[in-house]
Amino acid sequence: MSLRGRACIVGAYEHPTRKAEDKSVAQLHAEVAFGALQDAGLSKDDIDGYFCAGDAPGMGPLAMADYLGLDRLSHVDSTDIGGSSYLAHVAHAAAAIALGRCNIALITLAGRPRSEGMATGTGARAQNAQVPDDPFEIPMGRTVAGSYAMCAMRHMHEFGTTSEDLAWIKVAASHHAQHNPHAMLKKVVTVEEVVNSPLVADPLHRLDCCVISDGGGALIVARPEIARSLKRPVIAVRGTGEAIKGQFGGYPDLTFSGARFSGARAFAEAGVTPADIRYASIYDSFTITVLIQLEDLGFCAKGDGGRFVRDGNLISGVGKLPFNTDGGGLCNNHPANRGGMTKVIEAVRQLRGEAHPAVQVADCGLALAHGTGGLLGHRHGSATLILERE
Amino acid sequence: MAERIYAAPIVDPSMKPVWDAAAEGRLLIGLCKDTGRHFYYPRGASPFTLSPNVEVVQATGRGTIYSYTVMRVAQPYACAYVELEEGPRLFTNIVDCAFEEIRIGMKVRVVFRPTQDAEGAAGAPVPMFAPA
Repeated sequence: MSLRGRACIVGAYEHPTRKAEDKSVAQLHAEVAFGALQDAGLSKDDIDGYFCAGDAPGMGPLAMADYLGLDRLSHVDSTDIGGSSYLAHVAHAAAAIALGRCNIALITLAGRPRSEGMATGTGARAQNAQVPDDPFEIPMGRTVAGSYAMCAMRHMHEFGTTSEDLAWIKVAASHHAQHNPHAMLKKVVTVEEVVNSPLVADPLHRLDCCVISDGGGALIVARPEIARSLKRPVIAVRGTGEAIKGQFGGYPDLTFSGARFSGARAFAEAGVTPADIRYASIYDSFTITVLIQLEDLGFCAKGDGGRFVRDGNLISGVGKLPFNTDGGGLCNNHPANRGGMTKVIEAVRQLRGEAHPAVQVADCGLALAHGTGGLLGHRHGSATLILERE
Repeated sequence: MAERIYAAPIVDPSMKPVWDAAAEGRLLIGLCKDTGRHFYYPRGASPFTLSPNVEVVQATGRGTIYSYTVMRVAQPYACAYVELEEGPRLFTNIVDCAFEEIRIGMKVRVVFRPTQDAEGAAGAPVPMFAPA
């Protein structure tokens, strides 16, 4: 069964906070859920499907479903593939709707790593005795930034990608963020400023890294007949793909990501090609994440990412592939250290024509959103969505 | 600058032979006896076939750097994937080498470093790599 056209995104809401010192994670989940329901013109008791991931406190969906008062649920799913979870949730919601297991699904994300002072990128993590890779990797200083940095180093070695190429990705994000009043980093930066910012994990500089922010977001996915009865533009799920990329038993290739597989699956289901995509939300935990995913999704050939992103090619109104027009994780926010939710939300804004006028893509009828969750250089999840305005 | 203190690996009972060998300065890696391919990290099932027909074997401890990074934290250190002569790429640290001299393709050899648990007790040593 294809999921093409089997469900629509009818509600989307991004929390405006970037630092929520006086709120609980559960409260943030409630606020984004309420915001998405208001956006859709629906109410809590319309929800019969609920999706959340590891940022949701409690066992799977249990604590949050109870806290939110979701007492009419006939379908739940707490798949956790890190920051890419929420794109997978949209696909899973579409599948559940297609199977008749629910009609209107809520997906929530929220967290407050900034208020908690988390050293997300460079901090050491504790070993879990049950996780088989931990004893072989955590004593070696496995970190988020280091994992992505090794991918960048290898990509540079094999393909001649430069720090200046990577910097163009941040520059493009900053050009978009200047128009977003909620963005953490609104200042437009130059390639020189990026490459002259301090190294965090060679070859990645501070400005190659995303922000650490509090906040969250929520989506409502509904049966197409319901979507057409509501007042908002109808945004159909046209293609979906998921993948996991690990180490292949100790033979990792750091130059590609799971997007190679999830993207191909999503394009096949949608029956379109990268050339048809008008706008792309591309996961941007680091600049290298964007570059490798763009190649893997087929927007350019493997190894050509550096040339592809140069000279503002990702800037709306300037280049061929406008990306992350909210400023993305690099400049806007990265709530709960998981950027997949906001990737979908900005794609929905673009398809509705509700992005900031300075970055709105003209006649945006087909958009892609893609997420990577986990560690690019160790093991990660990938999820791709192709969305269409009806 | 002194090297950072390495966290003791949690020794799962099934991996005790691997860490006991580390204490003797020997690097053990997995071998899938069905395919003849080596794998890393070691485990009780082949990542190629899922068969339990696996064993741990001693590696030469020689390899080349596949990729690396220098973590610019308070006590900087260099992480790397080292491609072993037997094939697998192992996540490790590069030690006994100035950061600016580390290169992809550099020949390295295993050296074991002592570890400490949270209470300061000695743990199993961990395989790091130094210029060969």
